[in-house]
Amino acid sequence: MNNPDHTIESLSLRIARGETTVRAVTDAALDAAEKLNDTLNAFLQIDRAGATRRADELSAPQSVGDAPRALVGVPIAVKDNICVRGLQASCGSRILANYHPPYDATVIERLSAAGAVIIGKTNCDEFAMGSSNENSAFGPVRNPWDTARVPGGSSGGSAATVAARIVPVALGSETGGSVRQPASLCGIVGVKPTYGRVSRYGLVAFGSSLDQVSVFGLTVRDAAAVLGVIAGRDPHDATTADVPVPDYAAELDTEGARGARIGVPRALFGDGLDDEVRRSVEQSIEAYRDLGAEIVDVELPHAKYSIAVYYIIATAEASANLARFDGVRYGHRTEEARTLSEMYRRTRDEGFGAEVKRRIMLGTYVLSSGYYDAYYRKAQQVRTLIKKDFLDALAQCDAILTPTTPTPAFLLGEKTDDPLAMYLSDIYTCTANLAGIPGIAVPCGLSSTGLPIGFQLLGRHWGEATLFRLAHAYERAQPFTARPPLIATSED
Amino acid sequence: MKENWEAVIGLEIHAQLSTETKIFCGCATSFGDEPNANTCPVCLGLPGALPVLNNHVVDLGARAALSLALHINEESVFSRKNYFYPDLPKGYQISQFDRPFSERGVLEVMTATRDEAGHVREWRPMTVRITRMHLEEDAGKNVHEGLPDTDRYSYVDLNRAGTPLAEIVTEPDFRSSWEAYDYVNHVRRALQWVGASDADMEKGNLRCEANVSVRRKSEEQFGTKVELKNLNSVRFMQRAIEYEIDRQIKLIESGGRVTQETRLWDDRAGETRVMRSKEEAHDYRYFPEPDLQPLVVTPEFIESVRAAMPELPEARRRRFMQDYELSYNDAAQLTSEIALANYYELTAKAASNPRGASNWIRSELLRELEAADVAVADSPVKPEELGALVRIIDEGGISGKQGKEVLIEMFATGKTAAAIVEERGLAQVSDTGEIEGVIAEVLAANPPQVAQYRAGKEGLFGFFVGQVMKASKGKANPKLVNELLKKKLSES
Ligand SMILES: [Zn+2]
Repeated sequence: MNNPDHTIESLSLRIARGETTVRAVTDAALDAAEKLNDTLNAFLQIDRAGATRRADELSAPQSVGDAPRALVGVPIAVKDNICVRGLQASCGSRILANYHPPYDATVIERLSAAGAVIIGKTNCDEFAMGSSNENSAFGPVRNPWDTARVPGGSSGGSAATVAARIVPVALGSETGGSVRQPASLCGIVGVKPTYGRVSRYGLVAFGSSLDQVSVFGLTVRDAAAVLGVIAGRDPHDATTADVPVPDYAAELDTEGARGARIGVPRALFGDGLDDEVRRSVEQSIEAYRDLGAEIVDVELPHAKYSIAVYYIIATAEASANLARFDGVRYGHRTEEARTLSEMYRRTRDEGFGAEVKRRIMLGTYVLSSGYYDAYYRKAQQVRTLIKKDFLDALAQCDAILTPTTPTPAFLLGEKTDDPLAMYLSDIYTCTANLAGIPGIAVPCGLSSTGLPIGFQLLGRHWGEATLFRLAHAYERAQPFTARPPLIATSED
Repeated sequence: MKENWEAVIGLEIHAQLSTETKIFCGCATSFGDEPNANTCPVCLGLPGALPVLNNHVVDLGARAALSLALHINEESVFSRKNYFYPDLPKGYQISQFDRPFSERGVLEVMTATRDEAGHVREWRPMTVRITRMHLEEDAGKNVHEGLPDTDRYSYVDLNRAGTPLAEIVTEPDFRSSWEAYDYVNHVRRALQWVGASDADMEKGNLRCEANVSVRRKSEEQFGTKVELKNLNSVRFMQRAIEYEIDRQIKLIESGGRVTQETRLWDDRAGETRVMRSKEEAHDYRYFPEPDLQPLVVTPEFIESVRAAMPELPEARRRRFMQDYELSYNDAAQLTSEIALANYYELTAKAASNPRGASNWIRSELLRELEAADVAVADSPVKPEELGALVRIIDEGGISGKQGKEVLIEMFATGKTAAAIVEERGLAQVSDTGEIEGVIAEVLAANPPQVAQYRAGKEGLFGFFVGQVMKASKGKANPKLVNELLKKKLSES
């Protein structure tokens, strides 16, 4: 199977020229998804019937007066914690194994209106809690670069489908790096928008003050095109802001990186950072210098508290957000319960996996009477300091550059017995969620064992356009052309 | 034994704000629909759904706060109150905690000393400190009977879930059950008056809980308090508090101790019963609701609400006493309801006789309305018509006694007073000459009685009046008849 339509750009052009059709593109994506799923376990549901029906609708001639649609015929995969009417939304959990939401998330409405075709729902860590995808109740996703390794998490399924060239773009969600981290481990682009940029309506909540729907793409341009469609105020989400959404794709080609100031927090390049990752990221910094950017030192003095702060705030919010899974209205309900409290306990015991239980307990604890001030309130105060660090640093530069992850993809099972080591995978990413700022992960090389490495750029609130422009300048100068061996062989 | 004791009572009122739609979604708040008919992803607590604040709630909340002399905070914060119950779809209630919508109200309330039977002896003002009034969502309803399999299952109806409530909490400022009774009635009237709530306890849109403790009069410290629930009318509440005060005093006097607990009032049994003890009390783990922005109200908004509000009942009562020379009781009765106060003022104006209008409304109209179970606002006799009737009586057109009959007919037929007087031929004879003629005839026809009267048997006066009225077929103006008869009989 040879599927050359790996980017929205080339696909749209070929559809426009009549070299292919929406239906052919859709069929190719569905075929690839079905073929690779035994190996990758990236999809929890492949919607062949719905996707082909949609493709046929889109192939019908557009009626006069219809607005041009940005993503006509673009196949897209959607993380299973985002509601699509009629499809499942298990969130990687047994407790929602058979749950089918009766409504579309706002991002889905917008993608559908733009002509995108939803191929299926992707595997993820249960309720987006995890950094390796091993917390899915439906088995781990495998990294297309090395199927013995994790794709990262929690949006590992979406990352793998893009890395495996099944779809050019996919939706994930971030609470503490759940898109940038797997993007980096899978060698693709991942963008986490400013908090409030994209509607959370229909995204199953984990840490409500941190969650954002986020985008994977093979290229910066594709990620920008999708974000441009889903971004903007939504009356159904009171935390979205009424800030104009620029035409991200149109701004890509202006200026490049010349004259930009890129801040580097050297203190974050120390302990725990893999040597190969460090070297590769340093080379990216040099590449920016070559592109005419000015490299400046910045300090983020409170960043070292970010993991602690993140795991207090995210779990506190999660403990409340996951209370609704009680067996009363939807989802799993235990077969055996004689009393109400027994129904609650058994339903939740049977429905939730170990990591989710751990986080609910942690979050319940930090909100408890007598502990609230020491944990939750203090964490919120430190969160304010972390945000201020970023605002101060970003007053001196246009973007901050760091590694995305401390190491390339690790082996399945390598960290499952050590939750703390697993939590440290989020060390570079969770700060952006705490500060509410946007971030973009960009692939920048391969390790000696052939695993992708990435860096990330973090920008000012609402400054996604700057990040896209800088990332695109790098991508043009240093194209990441390597393909996962799995795909390279299957396509040749 | 009660003389040496003092009761200390605080009250919590939950009033449903009378919006058309729920506080965080667009579902109707109507009463009595099919179970779960008025629900959507938001009020069902479906995964991914988000709350959006209904602005009308803020408007009515501001009206309620101002009517209770509360200070409205320019910024308040919604918080999650976490607990599990089947009627609570999200596993938390969105309420307000440390930063409520309004607080620090000092309210003057009229309360009465009453005799054993509850009859008012004397009214006096009392000051009540209202701690706070915050905004929150109501829960749904669990149904345990009247449906199939209720021996094995309970049902949940979420029509009420998400209905807006204002929770009004006082300091422990009440010293008797009647003070609490008068306060609750005051609050009900104030909320109805400004259109913030229907405040009907029987319909459940005003609910009340009381915290009751007792102490010896010499003591400074409060006793252990007991929370009373299931108070389904103001009268139930008063009886429950009365019972509880007696129970606690008897308990302590017989060497026992009051336990901190929640008790339910059973009106049929006339007693309170334990619902749960402090040991089982919840830790609600309140934390700020991340899905909603802090609620900001500007001073301009508060002023615009204040300007749009009707004159408040206490102010209006005072004005009625001053401008219309009404007694406290009469003015208080006429300002018990805004529709009645409006009716009164229109009637007084049409009659040009404020006290007369007051008497006719209180003693005649209200009785007719009550008998027909009709609200003042729907009275078949319009205030202008009642005013016209009072004017006809004042001008001597008909007698007061005839007026009562005319009013009954007006009430039944909707005809004007003038039309009925005309039809029935009731117009009084006020022509002095005509009456003098009749008197002359009567005196001429009854010489023995005239002689007896003049000899000192003054009791015969009534006989002469009766004869004159009979001769005039009841039309003679009784006042004139009296005057002229006296004059004629004294002439000799
Ligand atoms: Zn609703």
